[in-house]
Amino acid sequence: MLLVLAAVAAYPLFRTFYFGFTDASLDMLDSVNWVGFRNYLEWVDYGDGEGEFFGLLVDEVWWQSVWNTLYFSFVSVSFETFFGLIVALVLNANFAGRGIVRAAVLIPWAIPTTVSAKMWAWMMHDQFGILNDLLMKLHVISEPIAWTASSDTAMLAVLMVDIWKTTPFMALLILAGLQMVPRDIYEAAKIDGVHPVKVFFKVTLPIIRPAIVVAIIFRALDAMRVFDLIYVLTPANDDTRTMSVFAREYLFDFDKFAYGSAASTLLFLIIGGVTITIFAMGKTNVGREN
Amino acid sequence: MPIWIKRTSFYALVAVIFVLSVFPFYYAVVTSFKSGQAIFNVDYWPTSFSLDNYFTVLTQGVFGQQILNSIMVATGVVLISLALAVGASYALSRIAFRGKTLMLFTILSVSMFPQIAVLAGLFELIRSMGIYNSLWSLVFSYMIFTLPFTVWVLTTFMKALPVEIEEAAIVDGASPIEIIVKVFLPLMWPALVTTGLLAFIHAWNEFLFAFTFMATDAKRTVPVAIAMISGGSEFEVPWGNIMAASVVVTVPLIALVLIFQRKIVAGLTAGAVKG
Repeated sequence: MLLVLAAVAAYPLFRTFYFGFTDASLDMLDSVNWVGFRNYLEWVDYGDGEGEFFGLLVDEVWWQSVWNTLYFSFVSVSFETFFGLIVALVLNANFAGRGIVRAAVLIPWAIPTTVSAKMWAWMMHDQFGILNDLLMKLHVISEPIAWTASSDTAMLAVLMVDIWKTTPFMALLILAGLQMVPRDIYEAAKIDGVHPVKVFFKVTLPIIRPAIVVAIIFRALDAMRVFDLIYVLTPANDDTRTMSVFAREYLFDFDKFAYGSAASTLLFLIIGGVTITIFAMGKTNVGREN
Repeated sequence: MPIWIKRTSFYALVAVIFVLSVFPFYYAVVTSFKSGQAIFNVDYWPTSFSLDNYFTVLTQGVFGQQILNSIMVATGVVLISLALAVGASYALSRIAFRGKTLMLFTILSVSMFPQIAVLAGLFELIRSMGIYNSLWSLVFSYMIFTLPFTVWVLTTFMKALPVEIEEAAIVDGASPIEIIVKVFLPLMWPALVTTGLLAFIHAWNEFLFAFTFMATDAKRTVPVAIAMISGGSEFEVPWGNIMAASVVVTVPLIALVLIFQRKIVAGLTAGAVKG
């Protein structure tokens, strides 16, 4: 088992790091030359006293995609936590048809990402999409919007689909936390005549906080590596390109294997850094749980 | 606030959650039953029932083969990762050794790896192993996310089983493999079903590796196939076919989710809450 994991994770990871320091290209992976940090940063002297920096570290498209990734992760995880909390609170209540609603909520989670991207692409179609139709009938918008193509709305479109798709996951994790809250606490609060809103903020929220923190960590890690949704819904779009999409494009579409490897390496370091930061911030909470 | 307002607004909220969750899939179904020009009329309710799109998708091209690919890959991934994980989690839950906690956390963190970070190295490895454009490349590479998760959940589960059972087996002279096969496996069915299901769904839905390691149409799995259905030009995208194909690959998953709802929820939360 450890051998398989080493073969499928550790070895390829180090090979990726290595390729980032070489001149590898897709067809010549066997004969690569070490080029040092050239993929990251290189000063090219034009000979007349002038020159320019090249490489990943001064690549504006790369930094744009880093920003897109962080923005996407922050916004989507925030909304998913909020909506997930609402859905979890609803599912934690006793009402007729709870089983059906819980099953329905799982549907977005079970649909393959590429399939949900296509379903939404059709709903967000600029001419024949039901979303534009609905919004125009409700007089929210006066003319159709090209959701996935327009640079103002592309990120919004991606965020909508992601929030739709992963809120169930968030809701389930929070629900698991909610179900660990002892029922007699609520009864005690009820007898004391405490307002339900106050009960939520003073009793429920502190108890389920560890569960929420863990859920946020999982989702944030997942959001930062987002690839398929964006690649399928808004291909080759500067406004939504994330780090993963950038790396994949250079690795295989642009035949700059080494440059893509360098981007993958940097992506790994950035996500690792963010993870450590989140853990450091959440540690006090998680620690209390154990 | 009168009780009926409270109750009405609560059920309104429930209704909103329900409609938002189901609508995109419902709309895909509605669209997939439309043929020809009808598809370009926006309808909120089913207006026609034509199986043309399904017929086209399943008879033209290699979609049937692609479904078969997905089934084979997902099944292979489940079987191999369960087999490997049972042995590993037995060791992790029963045998004491130094650095065990650290090892468990390393294993779990592998499943949260950004997959793109290993893509370049895996691509090289898979080519040198000679399994590029073969379904084995996917079975192999999917271990990166199924194994850590399966090991994690099974270890937690095994730790909860009383040690006395296997002590009795040892006294009776059973070997470690006999203990795993004859004592643990019968007890572990619930955990195996849960983790197997989740591994299956993960493998069925995976896109990045399937997209990268498969070069020919007949070898692709369904998520990639659906992403790549396209018409002659940007204006001829066969939306009806895409929706029909989407429904075909999603229905089995939704069936699984509905049947095994409790198990899936238990598995998802076991992976996270106990982490």
